[in-house]
Amino acid sequence: MPARVRGLLPILLLAWVTLCWAGSHDWHGSVPGKARLRDNPLASDPQAAAAGAKLFQQHCAQCHGADATGRPGRPSLRSHRVRLATPGELEWLLTNGSLRNGMPSWSRLPEPQRWQIVTYLKSLQ
Amino acid sequence: MLQLVARRAALWALLVGALLLPAHAQESYFVTYSHQMEEPGNLEIETRTVAAPVRGGDSFLGGALEFEYGLKAWWTTELYLDGQSTSGESTVFTGFRWENRVRPLLREHWINPVLYVEFEDINGADKSLLEVVGHDGRTDFLARNDRSERKRELELRLILSSNFKGWNLSENFIAEKNLAGEPWEFGYALGISRPLALKASPRPCVFCRENFAAGIELYGALGDRQSFGLRDTSHSLAPVVRWDIPNGPSFKLSPGFGLNENSHGFLLRLGVSYEIDQVAARLRGR
Repeated sequence: MPARVRGLLPILLLAWVTLCWAGSHDWHGSVPGKARLRDNPLASDPQAAAAGAKLFQQHCAQCHGADATGRPGRPSLRSHRVRLATPGELEWLLTNGSLRNGMPSWSRLPEPQRWQIVTYLKSLQ
Repeated sequence: MLQLVARRAALWALLVGALLLPAHAQESYFVTYSHQMEEPGNLEIETRTVAAPVRGGDSFLGGALEFEYGLKAWWTTELYLDGQSTSGESTVFTGFRWENRVRPLLREHWINPVLYVEFEDINGADKSLLEVVGHDGRTDFLARNDRSERKRELELRLILSSNFKGWNLSENFIAEKNLAGEPWEFGYALGISRPLALKASPRPCVFCRENFAAGIELYGALGDRQSFGLRDTSHSLAPVVRWDIPNGPSFKLSPGFGLNENSHGFLLRLGVSYEIDQVAARLRGR
């Protein structure tokens, strides 16, 4: 391996580690103000909670339990923290995940489906 | 003789029997990767099969059985076992691949990069067509199966992917090097897809539009370090349809069409996958 390339390796490694550590442990404190204030566009949709419940069982129940009370090492979604979270904060968490803490990003779900899940989570509280 | 029959039966089980596995696919494409990672602790078993008639040669069925595990929410590792069967020739196991994908940025952005590193130990008979690089093309498939050629290769990809209003747009830049000292080879893959419905229906259903996604991918080669460019390269355009059965298997189907003389005229790809959630927790009995 050429010396020039070898010299770059520690820099690349350091950059990668820095980027990985850039994520916050506390998702709640990381939500931008604009996202926090977003309203749920489906809040008044009478079918949104039922659709969200279906999506929750398909995608979320494996970690958070079928009744959203959590599993060993995985948090309950009937918690005080989730109850206090705004719909915008929950949608932001679903979109971005909390990768350092094991919560995957659900950006692959279309935005309306993420709001349907938020509607369901809010209906549990 | 008996040993040969047993070995062929085992390989056919790998190629065809794997098609019968249930599935829950996440990737919308066959060649292109998006920034979608496996959920941590989940194991996805997927088979990717490609069949093609070869002008002037024998038609073939190539297959890869894939085990994808989410080590972390930002790190996915995969093992592939490759095999193929060529009409009038042999059915052979062609090698393995070990792939790792890492998301360096832990938030969602307009463009989300993923770093991809794969080590391949395959032989010259491999026909899984999981990527197209260098001067890969139709004529490579005219020769008889040659298992004597050993290919130990390093494949790197820069994956860039965006999700916007239900659409996914992914771009992959591929660099591959045979560790025997051959030059770097390059390729690309682009994909765009969208679910047929953005909102989920409230009732459980198998054939709802939300369970289907349609897209298209374009992939091809860009020559090598000594002759970079489009000359003597192959390119394909392939519509893709995905069907996810809720809490069950997923199916992907993609007819591919060659865009120039060097490309395979027609390729048919089929993918079937199934996701087993929280494998480690299950093994621990939790």
